[in-house]
Amino acid sequence: MKKYDVVTSISYPKKGAMGKTGSWRVFRPIFDKDKCVKCLRCWIFCPEGAIIRNKDDTITVDYEYCKGCGICAKECKVKALVMEREEKK
Amino acid sequence: MALKDLPIEECVLAGSAACPGCPATLAMRTVFKALGKNTIMIVPACCTAVIESLHPHTSIGVPVMNIAFEAAAAGASGVEAALRQLGKGDTTVLAWAGDGGTYDIGIQALSGAIERQTNFIYICYNNQIYSNTGIQRSGATPYAAWTTTTVGGKTEFRKDMGEIIKAHHLPYAAQTCVSYPEELYRIVKKAKGIKGPKYIEILAPCPPGWRFPMELTVEMGRLAVETGAWALYEYEDGKTTFNGKSKLILEKKIQRKPIEDWMKLQGRFRHVFKPSFNKKTIQEIEQHIDEMWDYYRTCSQ
Amino acid sequence: MTIMIDTGNYIAAKAAIMAKPQVVAAYPITPQTTVVEGIANYVKSGEYKGEYICVESEHSAMSACIGASSTGVRTFTATSSHGLLLMHEMLHWAALARLPIVMCNINRVVGPGWNIWADENDSISQRDTGWIQFYCSSNQEIYDTVIMSFKLSESLGISLPSMISYNAFILSHTSMPAEIPDQKEIDAFLPPYKPQWHLDTKNPVTFGNIIVPDAYYKVRRAMQDAQEKVKILLPKISKEWKQHFGRFHGDFLEYYHCEDADYILLSMGAIGAESKVAIDTLRQQGHKIGLARVRVFRPFPSEEILELSKKAHLIVIDRNISIGNEGALFNEVKGCLYGKSDTPVTGFIAGLGGKDVTYKDIDKICTKTMQGKVKNYEWYGLEEA
Repeated sequence: MKKYDVVTSISYPKKGAMGKTGSWRVFRPIFDKDKCVKCLRCWIFCPEGAIIRNKDDTITVDYEYCKGCGICAKECKVKALVMEREEKK
Repeated sequence: MALKDLPIEECVLAGSAACPGCPATLAMRTVFKALGKNTIMIVPACCTAVIESLHPHTSIGVPVMNIAFEAAAAGASGVEAALRQLGKGDTTVLAWAGDGGTYDIGIQALSGAIERQTNFIYICYNNQIYSNTGIQRSGATPYAAWTTTTVGGKTEFRKDMGEIIKAHHLPYAAQTCVSYPEELYRIVKKAKGIKGPKYIEILAPCPPGWRFPMELTVEMGRLAVETGAWALYEYEDGKTTFNGKSKLILEKKIQRKPIEDWMKLQGRFRHVFKPSFNKKTIQEIEQHIDEMWDYYRTCSQ
Repeated sequence: MTIMIDTGNYIAAKAAIMAKPQVVAAYPITPQTTVVEGIANYVKSGEYKGEYICVESEHSAMSACIGASSTGVRTFTATSSHGLLLMHEMLHWAALARLPIVMCNINRVVGPGWNIWADENDSISQRDTGWIQFYCSSNQEIYDTVIMSFKLSESLGISLPSMISYNAFILSHTSMPAEIPDQKEIDAFLPPYKPQWHLDTKNPVTFGNIIVPDAYYKVRRAMQDAQEKVKILLPKISKEWKQHFGRFHGDFLEYYHCEDADYILLSMGAIGAESKVAIDTLRQQGHKIGLARVRVFRPFPSEEILELSKKAHLIVIDRNISIGNEGALFNEVKGCLYGKSDTPVTGFIAGLGGKDVTYKDIDKICTKTMQGKVKNYEWYGLEEA
């Protein structure tokens, strides 16, 4: 990544540009691998890209960035993803 | 085209400033899977300009030129011309704007860029409001919708932007929705392979703007199509073909669902249902939708 | 080298295409139209090989130039008056984006009512945008300045857009001879454009997203530093031009009989050219008066004007007015002298609305001042209007 010398409003790509947006969550998706049919609906419908597609087409939730919107759980037809309230720390 | 065939690479980086449940980033992820990294994106003032996050960082993995609200298509014309001069005509020029920057303030530049046969893809992600500035009405806002500037409900029906675009007789146009990612991928991929101006409009249900729970973004898009409030179609070589449920509605093979099924789930239409059911408003909307579909039937023959 | 006898606009068009921009995006407006028509002719003849975008408004013209320049190519456009005002938002944008776009602006009166003649309110009202601003007084100067400004704008550490203004009809539509160098000589003077940032799929960046106050403050300071650098680089570029082509129009000011002057006239544009004739007449009458024609308004030539104030009473003619205050040149001249010089400065408004200002008027203005008949500031010729 080449950085330019000229001082103007140029920004460089960064994952987590707004920080660890997982901290925004009130609910988190819990994944049950046994129920997963590898349809990838949750992967394509996640607005954040926080559903990581594994090599075997199952998924892993990226809790660092998942904002807990619940679309994945809503769109999963086999309830392999369900939303649970975040535990208070 | 199955979901598993879609590329894994992400051009939208997680941890952006988007609201949870945002249809813009949802659509953008699929769009970039179809376009790839050899793309330059032009973004006017809109939610995406904020979703990019704060300088000195950005959440977008392709070159992005932000530009003034009304100027997306004009900026894109300049980028496209420069790329041609540099021998980089294979780089996709993508203008990505909201309905405000497309239907209203940006319509002049868009019309001009299409008329000049600018070789670019213009995508309007339509959340039917000026969302970024806090939910004010736009030319895309439907009849009776609450917004901060139509507090009692909008008193005019929305523009049919697709018809305006088709009147330019451009090579390709499409109307689609965030809820159908395979279709969106196919449409964007198709547009990428066509020379000249291409217009794609994606209905983008906005949880804070339409006032619905954030997990219903995709469901809200489906219901818009199933009730006939939004049509899925493609326009190519002067012919319009409808897709999915819209095709069945057009051909009268299925009845479209009552518009209430879509409206009652959204807080922006709450005043139509509470404190009492406003039958007159619903009838006006149903009639308007019927007329829209009758019109579509005449042009799709 | 060839001699071209043509209008300011056609000579500007010639200079523009000889600089080999790769994108020109413009919208017609009287009296700029023949600049873009001139370029269209060069498209047909094949002399101009770049892109020529006939946009649908001036706002889109500047927006398209911004798109093209951001992608890393040399760009040019032209406009006037209402067109300049319509693109005002994007003038700010281009300068903040540090894009070295070059634009000719034909100084035309701002309406309503519709008035196509010369005054400088259009470009003067844009002096806060961050553009480098030139004011030309001859068609030769227009040619030379267009080419030089590409070099200046594109210089490392500057990367700011340049606006070259000249008066409606008096220059834009009046034929004068100009020496046009060969293309090879221009190519030797003006190397290919190297952008200081650009949109590059191999190095993706986002330009222009949300920026916090502290960072923006630094962007503004960097722009000011760039304008300060113009003060160092412009004289070098003018000197180089003189070495190559034998012509010099002044750096920031063009001095005419200033060496022993007790009075020095500061004026711009067409009035600047007419002023030389008035100075000649007054010198013949024995008056020790000179002209420092203001050629560059941004960056403002404070140091040069301070130098003049050490020996002379300054007379300023503005072909513009900031309603509610004074003419811009008068105001900024006094501003740069504050606390450093107590030389008297007398200001005149003349030529607004395209009202003709001849050497006879300028003679009267100077004579009145020298006779002590003017109380500091006057709208010349208002009684007769």
